[in-house]
Amino acid sequence: MVGILGEKVGMSQVFSEKGETLPVTVIKAGPCFVVQKKSDSKEGYNAIQLGYGERKEKSLNKPEKGHFEKAKVGSLKYLREFRVENVDEYQLGQEIRVDMFKVGDYVDVKGTSKGKGFAGGVKRWGFRGGPASHGSGHHRRVGSIGASSFPSRVIPGTKMPGRMGGNSTVTKKLEVVKIIPEENLILVKGAIPGVKKGFLVILKSKKQRKQETQEKQEVQEKKEKEKKEEKPKKQETQEKQETQKKQEKQEPQKKQEKQKPQEKQEKQEKQEKQS
Amino acid sequence: MDSLLKRATTEMLKKELPHFFVGDTVRVISKVFEGGSERVHAFEGVVISRSGRGVSETFTVRKLSYGIGVERVFPLHSPQIKKVSVIKSGRVRRAKLYYLRKKTGKAARVKEKKLNE
Repeated sequence: MVGILGEKVGMSQVFSEKGETLPVTVIKAGPCFVVQKKSDSKEGYNAIQLGYGERKEKSLNKPEKGHFEKAKVGSLKYLREFRVENVDEYQLGQEIRVDMFKVGDYVDVKGTSKGKGFAGGVKRWGFRGGPASHGSGHHRRVGSIGASSFPSRVIPGTKMPGRMGGNSTVTKKLEVVKIIPEENLILVKGAIPGVKKGFLVILKSKKQRKQETQEKQEVQEKKEKEKKEEKPKKQETQEKQETQKKQEKQEPQKKQEKQKPQEKQEKQEKQEKQS
Repeated sequence: MDSLLKRATTEMLKKELPHFFVGDTVRVISKVFEGGSERVHAFEGVVISRSGRGVSETFTVRKLSYGIGVERVFPLHSPQIKKVSVIKSGRVRRAKLYYLRKKTGKAARVKEKKLNE
């Protein structure tokens, strides 16, 4: 499983083992339920749909009701999909909890940033603004927005005042400081986008996801290699046994003589075969 | 949500808090990590403020060191702080004693609390 759904509780602080104070964001995450499984054959891609949060049942419309009834998971507020390699690992209605993370893990947290309204260039884009005194009258203004007769227009995407915030934002690589499974809480080092009670998607960090997929691949490759190696080994052992039997049949009398030269002969034969 | 926030940090709180007030002269014994080794450091002075709530509560201690005022802010619940012992308890009429910063010499004292009062 790559992620979990939750909401922001607020910020606080925590002491590390060394005694440092760490700034921490408290996230209430899960329990989430698997509402739908999407498979390659039916929907064209592998994913699971997770649901989180409480919702009044009377606020559901009929299609939604049917959707939740299929998985038998009450009525949920938020639904989000997660791409998954193998859908069969999950069952409909399966509960997913905070304990999927460990202390020391790194997570990416996706949320909607706080809306700032109509913001000027200084706040929105970090423009420096003009001189404060000497009668400039150009305090927090934008300045030039392009050349004159050529191109005779403002180039699209020019940084100008406008609506700021309220965008989907991801804060990456936040360390998990503490987990309280009884209360479904995760404490994460640092700040997170959005307001308190704001909806969040908590993913394992991109780096960690990469590592895990790599490890999986390596394990698979190892298994395949072992399989390949096992086959020839079996053949060799069979051959050895056969040769020994033959020798015993051929040379029952010689055995009574000296054993050492016989062993040498066997070794030589093996070496020849191996080579 | 606020109760959850409290719940998240309850394990960090000290069970037995040192008992002192603003105006008290205290001796704070704290652990210091220096160059890989650990040692104990004592800081003695007047408590001039307590602020914050829960885990983030702090207190400020002011002292005169070679004629120069020095203030240190300690987090109350930090495991680094081993002990806070009250040397003198002072009688003060406000919560923050920031006025001490402007006073020098005899005026920069805090009246001592007498038990019989």
